[in-house]
Order: sequence, then C-alpha cells, then structure tokens
Amino acid sequence: MEEKEILKVDHLTKKYEDLTVLEDISFSLKKGEVVVVVGPSGCGKSTLLRCINGLEEIQDGKVSIEGKTGMVFQSYDLFPHLSVLQNLMLAPLKVQKRKKEEVQKEAEQLLERVGLLAKAKQYPRQLSGGQKQRVAIVRALIMHPEVLLFDEVTAALDPEMVREVLDVIMDLAKQDKTMLIVTHEMAFARAVADRVIFLDGGSVIEDTDPENFFGSPRTERAKRFLRTFEFESVNAS
Amino acid sequence: MGFEVLLKGKNPVRLLAGLGVALRISLISVVISILLGLIIGTLMTMKNPLIHAVSRIYLEIVRIMPQMVLLFIVFFGFTKMTGHNLSAEVSSVIVFSFWGTAEMADLVRGCLTSIPAIQYESSKALGLSRVQTYRYVIIPQIIRRLLPLSINLITRMIKTTSLIMMIGIVEVLKVGQQIIEANRKTSPHAAFGVFAAIFILYFLACWPISCLSKYLEKRWEN
Ligand SMILES: Nc1ncnc2c1ncn2[C@@H]1O[C@H](COP(=O)(O)OP(=O)(O)O)[C@@H](O)[C@H]1O
Ligand SMILES: [Mg+2]
Repeated sequence: MEEKEILKVDHLTKKYEDLTVLEDISFSLKKGEVVVVVGPSGCGKSTLLRCINGLEEIQDGKVSIEGKTGMVFQSYDLFPHLSVLQNLMLAPLKVQKRKKEEVQKEAEQLLERVGLLAKAKQYPRQLSGGQKQRVAIVRALIMHPEVLLFDEVTAALDPEMVREVLDVIMDLAKQDKTMLIVTHEMAFARAVADRVIFLDGGSVIEDTDPENFFGSPRTERAKRFLRTFEFESVNAS
Repeated sequence: MGFEVLLKGKNPVRLLAGLGVALRISLISVVISILLGLIIGTLMTMKNPLIHAVSRIYLEIVRIMPQMVLLFIVFFGFTKMTGHNLSAEVSSVIVFSFWGTAEMADLVRGCLTSIPAIQYESSKALGLSRVQTYRYVIIPQIIRRLLPLSINLITRMIKTTSLIMMIGIVEVLKVGQQIIEANRKTSPHAAFGVFAAIFILYFLACWPISCLSKYLEKRWEN
C-alpha cells in the first residue's frame, strides 16, 4: 500500500517577537499514522499544534495539509449556551452546509460510540470533565478532518476521568485515524503511538518509534525527561 | 388611616400619571443607555490607551457624583451657560442616560472580556468564519449574560427617578406630596395612605421586571 503524506511540516519556525518558540521543525504524518509529541512543559507543543491548524502565524517554513484538521484543546471549550447536540451540529450545518437530518444522525451515532447518547439534550455545565472532552472529540470528528490534533486533552481532568477519554482516542487509532497527539500520559503514549516526537527547547530532539524512545532513548535530554516520570510509577507501584 | 384621599377627585389618575412620567423618563433613558453602552463598552475592550483613559475618567465621574448633583448641574448649569432653557424632562433624560450609559458600558465590557479566548479559538478551529463566530457563539453568550443585568438597570432607573421632583418634575412622589398638602386640614393622616399607595405603585412597576431578570438569569446560567 502506498502511504500518502497527509501532513507535512517543513522547516517551521515560530517566534513571539524576539522569543523563538519553535525552530526549524520538520516532520510528516502518513495516512492512518498516530504520532505522539512529548516534551517538558513550555517546550512549544501547544504552539506547534496551533501553528499547524492556523491559529498562529508562522515566521518561516511551511505547513501543508491534505484536507483539514480538527482539534481538541486542553481546557473545556464546548459552547456553553448550546446543548451537546447543538455543539456537535453547529459547524457541520453552518460551515459545511450539510443537511440537518444527516448531521443529526451522524452526531447521534458518534455520541453512542463514546457512550454519551443519553446526554445529547444536556448542556455542557451538566457534564463531567471527562464527558465534556469526549463531546469535544466528537465535535472535531463530525467535521471529518483528515488529521486530528489533541493538545493534552486529559491534563485538566480528575484522574478517574482520564481513562474514559484516552479509551476514546485509542478507539480512534484502531479506526486508522491520522492523529497528532500531545500528551503527558506516558503509558498511553507508548500504547497508542506509531511514532514519538520528543520536543525540547523548541526543536525536535528525537523522532523515532515508541519502543526505541521509551526503551532506549538516544539523547541525554530524552533520558532526563523520561526520568521525571519514574517517580510517579515507582510511587504508584 | 389616610386612604380616603386616594380616591378623592382626580387623585388616582394623578398618581398614575405621576408614575407614568417616572416610567417614561426611565424607559427613554434606558434605551439610550443600552444603545450607547453597547457602543462604548465595545470600544472599551479595545486596547487604545486614549479610549481607555477617557472611559476611566467617565466611569469615575459617574461613580463619584451623586445623581442629584448631576441633575442640578445639567438643569441649572446649562441654562446659565447658554442662556437657553433646557426642560426638566430633557435634563433628567440626559443625566440618567449619562449615568446609565456608564453602568451599561461597564457591564458590556465585563461581558465581552469574560468570554474566554478559547471560545474564539475553537470556533476558528471548527472552520467558523469571524462573522459566524460572533453570530452563533459570542453574541448569544453575551446577550444571555447582559439581558438580566440590563433589565436590572431598568428597575434601578425607575427607583432613581424619585430624584427628578427636585428639578420640578411632577412625578408620582411629587403628586403624593401635593395630595398630602391639599388635604392637610381634612385628612391629617393622608401621608400614610399616600406613601403606602406610592410604595405599592413602585413595587408593581419594578417587581415584574425584577422577576423577569431573575428568571432569565436562572434559565441561562452556564
Ligand atoms: N501568546 C504568546 N506570547 C508569547 N509567548 C508565548 C505565547 N504563547 C506561548 N508562549 C511561549 O511559548 C513557549 C511554548 O509555549 P507552549 O507551546 O504553550 O508550550 P507547551 O505546550 O509545550 O507547554 C513558552 O515559553 C510560552 O511562554
Ligand atoms: Mg501546552
């Protein structure tokens, strides 16, 4: 099977005034590939996703996408004045001008799939954090994006709700969705990723498969980064 | 008890007409305040330092100055300065709009800045245009926050109109005083009945508005 490149980031540089946040970043995603981006806080992960979907201007380089992106953010961003179903249907109806019955049917199917069909008529304030994030994922999905971007979508959640959201993303990976995922959940990263990109100080330090990255990281910086998670797992066991 | 004067002659009609004057002045002022408040409040969210400074001074003046002083300044001061007479009603509309616009602008500014940036960003990420984002996402949220607050402003306006008798407008409170004065000999206790009636009139005017505001707030709370 010929694997088509869906997303290509080419020598991307992003600055805020004098501060260079991303420097000469290059990588690409093939169709159906799941790439996880990890790195210490403040290294530019969110900025990278925001540059890819056009929320930020870039100063140098190029981002090319075959089609469009969908994004799920860390903070809850559902529209509070709209019900779950209305949140899901707004963009398909207004942006894609699709038929109402068709969109509603798909919205309900997707809600069913993430176990939230019963919440269709409810408002975001009536949902838990985990439920909100699952709805946000569905809201991105229903636009049929070629690439899904996830920016630490479980970081603001209570621990007991992390799993239900990660399960949904795992399920998407099984359906061969193309995804670029920023996460701090290392076990999840290892399980879901086809490739791991380690970002530090605004540059790609490693771009490799998960076994290599987690098993035998090449660089000192990656080793140091991974060690910061060891305490957690020692504690947990 | 003094209730008998209420039904004497044209008194009930006069009292109602007095309330009508108060309601008319407040409603005109509220409409002006809301329109100007929307514009000025929106301007205030821009990061222009001049607009920022001017609006700060404006808000401070309104906050510090008693409405009564403003009324006197406009009603008497304008005449002194220009030689033209400004009617008492126009003066009070000017003062209440001046005050109401400041209140409204501050509410609008507060609502606009309280919409998190992520609402704009996720709209954009979903492909909504700027116009669509405002139409379907931002403005509905602002209206939901603003409407109960602006309705509240109406009741506060109505209450404050009791000041306008100080510049000679015969509104409900003034009518009450006139009735009490005219009946001092025959009904020495008229004051109680008259003020009780005025209390009820104010209540009947403001209570439904206040209920509507509470209802909307409840219904739309996020
Ligand atoms: N709007 C902005 N203006 C200036 N600097 C910013 C802005 N947004 C992010 N930064 C800076 O860019 C760097 C990377 O931020 P971010 O992409 O949010 O990191 P991460 O998501 O990896 O934690 C940080 O140093 C941050 O302070
Ligand atoms: Mg981030």
